[in-house]
Amino acid sequence: MSTTEVLISELVELHGRTRNSLMPILQGVVQQEKYLSEDAMITVARELNISAADVFGTASFYTFLDTIPRGKNVVRVCKTISCHMKNKEAIIRALEDTLKIKVGETTHDKQFTLLTANCLGWCHKGPVMLVNDEVYPEVTPETAVEILNKYGRSK
Amino acid sequence: MSKYMVNLKINNVPLAVEEGTTILEAAKTLNFKIPTLCNHPDLTVAGNCRVCVVEVKGARLLSASCATPVSEGMEVFTNSEKVRTSRKHIVELLLSEHNSDCTKCKKNGNCELQSLALEYRVGDHTFLSVLKPKDLLPDLSSPSIVRDNSKCIRCQRCVRTCTELQGVNALCVAYKGDHQTISTFMNKPMNEVVCTNCGQCINRCPTGALTEKNSVDFVWDALYNQNKFVVVQTAPAVRIALGEELGYDPGERVTGKMVAALRKIGFNKVLDTDFTADLTILEEGFELLNRLKSVLVDQDETVKLPMMTSCSPGWIKFIEHIYPEMLGNLSTCKSPQQMFGALAKTYYAEKVNVKAQDMIVVSIMPCTAKKFECDRPEMRDSGFKDVDFVLTTRELALMIKQAGIDFRSLEPEAYDSILGESTGAGVIFGATGGVMEAALRTAYEVVTGREVPFTNLEIKPVRGMEGVKEASIKIKNVKPEFAHLEGVELNVAVAHGLSNARKVMDDVRDGKTNYHFIEVMGCPGGCLGGGGQPIPTSEEIRKKRAEAIYDEDHNMKLRKSHENPEVTALYEEFLGVPNGHKSHDLLHTHYKARIRY
Ligand code: SF4
Ligand code: SF4
Ligand code: SF4
Ligand code: FES
Ligand code: FES
Repeated sequence: MSTTEVLISELVELHGRTRNSLMPILQGVVQQEKYLSEDAMITVARELNISAADVFGTASFYTFLDTIPRGKNVVRVCKTISCHMKNKEAIIRALEDTLKIKVGETTHDKQFTLLTANCLGWCHKGPVMLVNDEVYPEVTPETAVEILNKYGRSK
Repeated sequence: MSKYMVNLKINNVPLAVEEGTTILEAAKTLNFKIPTLCNHPDLTVAGNCRVCVVEVKGARLLSASCATPVSEGMEVFTNSEKVRTSRKHIVELLLSEHNSDCTKCKKNGNCELQSLALEYRVGDHTFLSVLKPKDLLPDLSSPSIVRDNSKCIRCQRCVRTCTELQGVNALCVAYKGDHQTISTFMNKPMNEVVCTNCGQCINRCPTGALTEKNSVDFVWDALYNQNKFVVVQTAPAVRIALGEELGYDPGERVTGKMVAALRKIGFNKVLDTDFTADLTILEEGFELLNRLKSVLVDQDETVKLPMMTSCSPGWIKFIEHIYPEMLGNLSTCKSPQQMFGALAKTYYAEKVNVKAQDMIVVSIMPCTAKKFECDRPEMRDSGFKDVDFVLTTRELALMIKQAGIDFRSLEPEAYDSILGESTGAGVIFGATGGVMEAALRTAYEVVTGREVPFTNLEIKPVRGMEGVKEASIKIKNVKPEFAHLEGVELNVAVAHGLSNARKVMDDVRDGKTNYHFIEVMGCPGGCLGGGGQPIPTSEEIRKKRAEAIYDEDHNMKLRKSHENPEVTALYEEFLGVPNGHKSHDLLHTHYKARIRY
């Protein structure tokens, strides 16, 4: 069994095999692997006895259930109106320059993926950046870059 | 239990309907037509297209009539100014995302979106087109199904069809908002996914987003080629549905006219798949008897029961993907179409003195999966591609129109001989339960020497539209060679539509059944509801087609497969005995497990 298969069988053990377990299982996979690989979706489908297309349809509906490979750390900058007005553009530019990638891309060493996100519910403290599950409110271009260092950015 | 009645008014006409009725259904009883797109009588309610909106007095917003149940005292207007304006805008919005090149579209003339646009005289560009060029490339990968997302209005009828009726779920709704699209797993090409090629989604797609892979031009080319001897076979369910494409009501039998039309089109010989349906019964019937003996007498554990029929290629691909561990239960018999092809290019070619390489075999099928089946690498036992081209009932109608034939005025003609003779048992293959009934008519008589104990040979328990049907026949007073079957209660089941097949398969897998023989047809209603049949479809239409099939059987001189004289001659002159060596070479096949996504 591959590591993904082991992970999924543990998640199935934990959450059960009904259709209702689909979301927590997918979230569990993304937490560990950062994205849902084809193999992961096929394995989940087999375990729950549903079609892989059904799994893909569900996953693709949710922005946070990625179906393309992501780096070890996923950085998301809120792009919605309040953060936009607080100059989220500058944050994105600083991150792009530092990581040498564009939004949507992953660094060569697979350490970081840079994405945008819709409102994260921290509008009063924009601009907001999210790294994996950690929220960072009121970031500046400088603090945003510093935060990356916490996640092991090699300078 | 009598249901609670609800009083309401539609367009000022009072009426009372049962509680739970939708406004759409209520309006229908008064013959007020409300347009629909996402709604389909075979499917659950989706309520996503909104063209069925109506005005309900006192309500702030318009209501989707397909998804709104009636309530006491409701006053509904189906055609007010507000309703008409909204509907027109809805259609215009749909068209703003639509690749409206009707003249080049295969659904031109039979498209629900097109008719609505026509009805509402949608013309000027009220909304800017937001069609994305990347959507303009259709998926042509499947030998059966063409998917063109630029024609898709995301009504999701196909997704519901594939899920609810077929239990396959090859299609899904992916992404959301303006990115929403109908997709396969990871948007893979159709020929790589779990799609069974059944074509049920085509039958329910209101637009040209799902159509069959068209082979008409290949067939014309073959017909124009002077060096080719082109024979055509017609499946049982074509003759009772073709008329619908040519202006007849559902349930009209047009067998003789169809034969005449095929001759006019220029086929060298017009032959009948019903002939090989009869042959299938002998091969499959004897296979069943052999399996029963192996299991009951020899206790051979490699031989699997229940045996399952194998004439529906959609069902075959389904089991290959989803129940690969049960492939041993499938009969090894090829489908009648493929038995025909294998015999046409061997036995028949010799009879008519034509070289197999000069012969082209065309099939007219109610089915899109047959296009996939004839391409399978296993289907070349004659040394050539046994069946060259498959046309659906719809494609045949197109050829008849292209040929300028006035179908109504044709005098009925008879099939050519040989490979044209058939019995009523062959005809009923076209309806769910038909193979079972035909098999029992023969097997019972082989074993006991007497006819099946049903009035007029009509085995009613296996007929009709119930999803899963069961029957038992007690075998008594057998011939000496079948002593091991004396007193055996033969248990059979019939399923149609792959969701029903799934139920049966799960029960068999879990050891909950005691069936010996199971008939499965991939499509709801059997082949008469096949993915290549005229559009629209509904249970009402399928019932009419079924009646026509049983009438056809009733009117045949011969009604048992083993009485088909051409089949008898085939065994005497060529095959030897059912399940013999030659049969195994030409008429039987094997299956392969496929991955499931
Ligand atoms: S799907 Fe219908 S409306 Fe669209 S191009 Fe085809 S015929 Fe025209
Ligand atoms: S492919 Fe056809 S049935 Fe499916 S959503 Fe699109 S328009 Fe509707
Ligand atoms: S052809 Fe049948 S199996 Fe394939 S997508 Fe359509 S409904 Fe599903
Ligand atoms: S707009 Fe950025 S958190 Fe709400
Ligand atoms: S038909 Fe009622 S919402 Fe589509």
